[in-house]
Amino acid sequence: MSVRRLADEQPEAFAFTPENLVWAKTTLEKYPEGKQASGVIPLLWRAQEQMGGWLPEPALRYVADMLDMAYIRVYEVATFYTMFNLAPVGRYYVQLCGTTPCWLRGSDELKQTCREMIGEPGHVTEDGLFSWIEVECLGACSNAPMVQINKDYYEDLDGEKLAWILNELKAGREVIPGPQNGRQTSAPASGPTSLTSDELYEMSEESGAVNPPLQDDEAKEPTEAADRRAADVPKAPVKNGQGKKVAGEGEEAAKAEKRDNSNGKDES
Amino acid sequence: MPKLIINDAEVEVPDGITLIQACELAGVEIPRFCYHERLSIAGNCRMCLVQVEGMPKPVASCAMGVSDLRPGRDGTPPTIYTDNEMVKKAREGVMEFLLVNHPLDCPICDQGGECDLQDQAMAYGFDGGRFADNKRAVENKYLGPLIGTYMNRCIHCTRCVRFMTEVAGVEELGAIGRGEDMEITTYLEQGMMSELSGNVVDLCPVGALTSKPYAFVSRPWELSKVDSVDVMDAVGSAIRVDSRDREVLRILPRPFDAVNEEWITDKTRHVWDGLRTQRLDRPYIRENGKLRPATWDEAFGVIAEKLDGLDGKRFAAIAGDLAALEETYALKQLSDALSSPNTDCRQDGAKLDPTLGRASYLFNSGIAGIDEADAILLVGTNPRLEAAILNARIRKRYRADPHSLTVGVIGEESDLHYPYEYLGAGPDTLSQIADGSHEFLKSIEGAKRPMVIVGQGALARKDGAGVLAMAAKAAQAMGALTKEWNGFNVLHTAASRTGALDLGFVPGKGGKDVDGILNAAEKGDMDVVYLLGADELEVDRLGKAFVIYQGSHGDRGAHRADVILPGAAYTEKDALYVNTEGRPQSGARAIFPPGEAREDWKIVRALSERLGKTLPYDSLAQLRSRMFADNPHLALIGTISPAETAVLANLAKTDGKVSKGGFKSPIADFYLTNPIARASAIMAQLSAMHAEAEEGATGTDG
Repeated sequence: MSVRRLADEQPEAFAFTPENLVWAKTTLEKYPEGKQASGVIPLLWRAQEQMGGWLPEPALRYVADMLDMAYIRVYEVATFYTMFNLAPVGRYYVQLCGTTPCWLRGSDELKQTCREMIGEPGHVTEDGLFSWIEVECLGACSNAPMVQINKDYYEDLDGEKLAWILNELKAGREVIPGPQNGRQTSAPASGPTSLTSDELYEMSEESGAVNPPLQDDEAKEPTEAADRRAADVPKAPVKNGQGKKVAGEGEEAAKAEKRDNSNGKDES
Repeated sequence: MPKLIINDAEVEVPDGITLIQACELAGVEIPRFCYHERLSIAGNCRMCLVQVEGMPKPVASCAMGVSDLRPGRDGTPPTIYTDNEMVKKAREGVMEFLLVNHPLDCPICDQGGECDLQDQAMAYGFDGGRFADNKRAVENKYLGPLIGTYMNRCIHCTRCVRFMTEVAGVEELGAIGRGEDMEITTYLEQGMMSELSGNVVDLCPVGALTSKPYAFVSRPWELSKVDSVDVMDAVGSAIRVDSRDREVLRILPRPFDAVNEEWITDKTRHVWDGLRTQRLDRPYIRENGKLRPATWDEAFGVIAEKLDGLDGKRFAAIAGDLAALEETYALKQLSDALSSPNTDCRQDGAKLDPTLGRASYLFNSGIAGIDEADAILLVGTNPRLEAAILNARIRKRYRADPHSLTVGVIGEESDLHYPYEYLGAGPDTLSQIADGSHEFLKSIEGAKRPMVIVGQGALARKDGAGVLAMAAKAAQAMGALTKEWNGFNVLHTAASRTGALDLGFVPGKGGKDVDGILNAAEKGDMDVVYLLGADELEVDRLGKAFVIYQGSHGDRGAHRADVILPGAAYTEKDALYVNTEGRPQSGARAIFPPGEAREDWKIVRALSERLGKTLPYDSLAQLRSRMFADNPHLALIGTISPAETAVLANLAKTDGKVSKGGFKSPIADFYLTNPIARASAIMAQLSAMHAEAEEGATGTDG
């Protein structure tokens, strides 16, 4: 962490676009009368998005006026939360995770790449395309090391892969987010390590058991105990087979199919 | 009433208090930085850790309620240790962490010698740090001309932020950033605009916020300290005057719950530089249109010549806003001796009349009474400017329970730092309340302790007497006048006013009031006018009258004067003042008056001798005993003698005429209300800063 200051150069004024204004008003309706100040973070966040990733000083005053808050209170919020950027960022804003798992898996190499291709942290490239900073854990440790570019995670990186991504973005081409080493989400990088025996699957077909072993891409169904817990009133134990909903099964299957398709895209 | 065992002694404490308060009650001192009795609880410094038996970790005693503690398994009351090894170790740990980033610059720090951190480090500190890295460095902030900042020293207790937000009611200060990098600042480092901002310097437990005008001036142990009373407004805040040699170096508040709690306004605190400049340090006589220095003897000679054989009706005396009881009393007696009925203390022309009874000009509920009020009607007053401390008290009442207080305002609309209903601008609205037809009465229905606060803005008008009667009527209509509650209050702006009214320093039979004196002087019907520190006058209207000015500062009155008698300022004399509640309070001499200036009552006494009408006292004690004999309630220093409520009912019956115009606050510039403040460079700076901010507010933001 470091001392956070507003940028030296600030725009003259700030105002929400008509769409954002409508959105802001609906958002504020969610809060009880007199507690509108609770909406300061969503509003600041929307202002940051509107400004392309940073919060100018007039936006602080604009949001404060909208919420009838003292300027200093909004200033406190904006400086407290490090996800509010107080200075302009690149169109592709790279947040590089440097926390222990990523660091162990080579985030230093990614930093080196960023330094070479973008510059020092916080510096925006001449063309306005890139800037990067190091952030704390983004919660994708199983796919370390990783970066977040704007809203997407790019995982299982090394220096070369990150350089390739940055170049592709620079060239205006889309890069598919997710693991960059062909791995399926956060499944074991070296392929499946358990439930690998084919017998498991054969057995189920032969015996005609009701529940074949679950596949990764199939959602687990809630158990009966979970059903009972979710119910409003305690009920008598359900008899075998009665707790399941046939229609629900169909939905789950459809969802699973969709997920399967998207995974396929990821890998291509 | 929960029972506790604190360090093996069993104590019974009131329900609902915190552990730190319980320990105080038990006579155990707990070190603290962030905790302050008059602010909300933050619990962030961790210095007040104690051990509670049965709890696995030490407990921050400021944030733990006694009612939340559980008894032991065998039914013994909760057991607390405040001085065992564990507690000591825990506090030492906290102290070590506080000192990780606190610079070791005590030798150059203004807080040195009166620093909470320094004191507590003596008890819990270590002889050397174990922290090898660099200390954090923080940029200093600009917080206006009063508050110097050394932000490296800040320990993040947030007392200042809480004070400004809660007590002062101005959300100006805040803590930006987080963790170690948290910084106290205003929005974009604008100066602090509150009238109470100086109090954050007292609250700061370290030397992060220091008094800018007092920077590097002296060490606390070099100062002689005198308990006194403030005269900048009619609240009469309890102050301590710190001086060295012949100079007042600073003014600090004294805790006094009934009046100012422990706050004072910026004007009270920083007016001391005005005590050195523009001083009248020797008598002057005007000769050929120019003032020349003279001796006391010469000055008295000129006056004696003028007064010789003069008809008393052609002599007038006006008491100023800072005059103490003693000189007012002496001057009144001198006027009587000269058989002059023309005495007046109401420079602003307020239509207050002591013959109506004391209740008609006192703040009858008392300032502490505000804490109990459940409805307040402000008539022609802006308490934020006229009595900022009293305004903070109303805000305190508002914060204690916002839903049980209704505030209505008749007069000017302004930001008072608490919400209010704006009822109207002038007497029309007041008359509606008085005759019971106004809706405001419905909204305060059932109020048990309603208050009416009438300001000088409503009384210093031609129809002031009518307004006063109407306000009494309104108080009646609101149910503010009952046997056990007198909710009729007059808020004064001048420190001398209540006392002078108590002494009857108003026109006698056939006498002229201030306006009458000035009119007569303009027409040439008034030959000699004695101004006792009276500067808030239109001195141009004094015409050809021979003007004697007795006072401490070369202000408007002195510029017009024909003879100047140099008097003492409030820090230079033992004197009594009566505040707006009618509470006589004793001011004390901290330093001697400069040059040949003398205590004011002595001047009047000496002059009387020269005039052959010697006043019958030779010492302050003699004067006071005479004054007390005439006005017994003044002898009860520090206590209020409640005034007869019945007179207000009579007052309400009188039917004065009122005109249309709206009420206006008498204070145009908070920082320049009296000669001492006008002589102060600090006040001038503050005044300019406010004027600039106002211009900016209407110019660019509007």
